[in-house]
Amino acid sequence: MHEMGIASSVLDAVRIESARFPGARAKRVGLRIGEWAGVDIESLRFCLEALAARTDLSDLGIEIDYCERKNRCPACEFEFAVRDYEIACPHCGSGDTSAVSGTELDIAYVELED
Amino acid sequence: MERVAIEKKVLSENDRLAAALRERFTDHGTLVLNLISSPGSGKTSLLERTLAALPGDLTAGVLTGDIQTDNDARRLARYGFPVQQITTAGACHLDARMIHRALAAWPEARFDILFIENVGNLVCPTSYDLGEECKVVILSVTEGEDKPLKYPGAFFKSRLMILNKTDLLPYVPFDIEEARANAKRINPEIEIIETSCARGLGLETWLAWLRIRREAARRRSDGPNGDFDLHGLLAST
Repeated sequence: MHEMGIASSVLDAVRIESARFPGARAKRVGLRIGEWAGVDIESLRFCLEALAARTDLSDLGIEIDYCERKNRCPACEFEFAVRDYEIACPHCGSGDTSAVSGTELDIAYVELED
Repeated sequence: MERVAIEKKVLSENDRLAAALRERFTDHGTLVLNLISSPGSGKTSLLERTLAALPGDLTAGVLTGDIQTDNDARRLARYGFPVQQITTAGACHLDARMIHRALAAWPEARFDILFIENVGNLVCPTSYDLGEECKVVILSVTEGEDKPLKYPGAFFKSRLMILNKTDLLPYVPFDIEEARANAKRINPEIEIIETSCARGLGLETWLAWLRIRREAARRRSDGPNGDFDLHGLLAST
């Protein structure tokens, strides 16, 4: 539902970043979106394309890295993808594991061209 | 082609504003709660009950968000505390800028507790930090016990879940133990309080929770020497 606002924040950040390199044009932006970020990736892509169309960013490539929910077990240091909310460590059985990824809503990089 | 690493949050501008709000709230010792739920779970009813029963030594303010109408602000203003409606005109959540703008109308205010009633929605509000101490998610028994599994974000990020409308349990197929277990699966740390705002049940537990959290916020504002003994406070409540 709020993908349009998120898309708008992404394009703002891309413009701010490109402005630091006079003469360069942003060609691609890389995002990281977590499984639990509450963002629909297809909808976000649609919003980014709609907002960028007929602007200085109309040919901006969009790369989205989908980050699945992962937990880490402090006892045996095993890291695993959480399926069906099962957070017990599949390696040692400990129930005391904590989230290490899955809520990302990050801009990783921008690619610039002269 | 040159790749420039940015490594920043998409919502970094919101986060920046939220951090400024949090600093101000911490400084004032204000306990700020961000109430999140589906539409119709009882956020406003809970606030009505809360304001009506709030001990006289506590001051409170309320910001209440909706897409349209000031119905909630009018309902809540009857209890004698400052209330502001934030109408988002379409936006499905409150953001930190809206809170900044609303608080500008109360420049002198130093509340003990500030309640922020978010727009009824279990998805989008979870992404936006409002500078709150914590999020409180409200789930009513008419909604289905699997809501925590369907909308994990809201339950993952909340410190407390209020299970509301418990007076309706005899009439709806809602397994309250299953609901509790589902919330704990998403967030093992989540605290749970059962209430019926219609009947006034469970409110003393909620009010005690508020008082403890408010006391913690007050001591934090006194600086790092104000060591906080949560268990001692719990035992004395």
